[in-house]
Amino acid sequence: MIFGRPERGTTPVEPVTLKILVAGGFGVGKTTLVGAVSEIKPLRTEELLSEAGRPVDDTRGVETKNTTTVAMDFGRITLREDLVLYLFGTPGQDRFWFLWDELATGALGAVVLADTRRLEDCFAAVDYFERRAIPFVVGVNCFDGADRYPAETVRQALDLDASVPVVLCDARERETVKHVLIDVVEHAMAVAAAGRVPAST
Amino acid sequence: MSADGQESAHFFDADAGPVVRPYAMTRGRTTSPAQHRLDLIAVVVAESRAHDPGADQTLSPEHVDIVALCRDTPQSVAELAAELDLPIGVVRVLIGDLVTAELVHVTRPVPPAELPDESILRDVIDGLRAL
Repeated sequence: MIFGRPERGTTPVEPVTLKILVAGGFGVGKTTLVGAVSEIKPLRTEELLSEAGRPVDDTRGVETKNTTTVAMDFGRITLREDLVLYLFGTPGQDRFWFLWDELATGALGAVVLADTRRLEDCFAAVDYFERRAIPFVVGVNCFDGADRYPAETVRQALDLDASVPVVLCDARERETVKHVLIDVVEHAMAVAAAGRVPAST
Repeated sequence: MSADGQESAHFFDADAGPVVRPYAMTRGRTTSPAQHRLDLIAVVVAESRAHDPGADQTLSPEHVDIVALCRDTPQSVAELAAELDLPIGVVRVLIGDLVTAELVHVTRPVPPAELPDESILRDVIDGLRAL
């Protein structure tokens, strides 16, 4: 925390901000991953209940209630005084899909965390990012006691495009999480470079 | 979900409380005419004339808090919401008020579907490596 006032006339640095999303099923380690590399803060939203949420958001008896409170995790990584990376953990429950669109807008890329014991939990996230052409990396969170599978096996099981990186990681380990994030940025760069080629010819 | 809720008309104390109260701070407004939907990572910067927002009687304590937080370090919309423990929607409206009052301005993040400069991305990678 900085106390005291800067001299009048001095302009504070306006940082460039970027965001990476962390998606995956419920309890797959999204919060842990965000917490491993940044100071985590809970973020509250009051969102209008959407059409998509209607079948699951039981509003019987509270028909006047048309908003819902959703908590998301978010972390800040200050890379430089003028360069800040934000991580947003997407809400795990399916009924909060409508929040994703806002989170995904302008995102640099995404990490889809997967647990090999419940691989199907991340299908929805993979699908979402594929459909919106948001570059993503699949991070296989290696839980203690879960069987280890080679990245290739996971790729096949998820029917991923050959270009999508699949990396094994431990959401608790800062070093492996750093690598996952670096992979996201590199992948986003590669995707952008590939997209530029046909455009210029 | 309470079954007796169907009989009584409008208020459901525990339910309605946290839902309704935050928007009292915005006098019920859920959008602000001054702003398009502010991105979560849009950065709010205090204007230099906003050196004593507390003196402005038209501002609520939450407005003053936002200006105070941004004055020393520009902050993202998400950080302000987390810091003040207010829902994003509320913070957006309050920031919209401050933009109208010309006490803060908001920098636009990189537009959607447009990647930032490759040199910035390289800086991000280097920064992450150095963490």
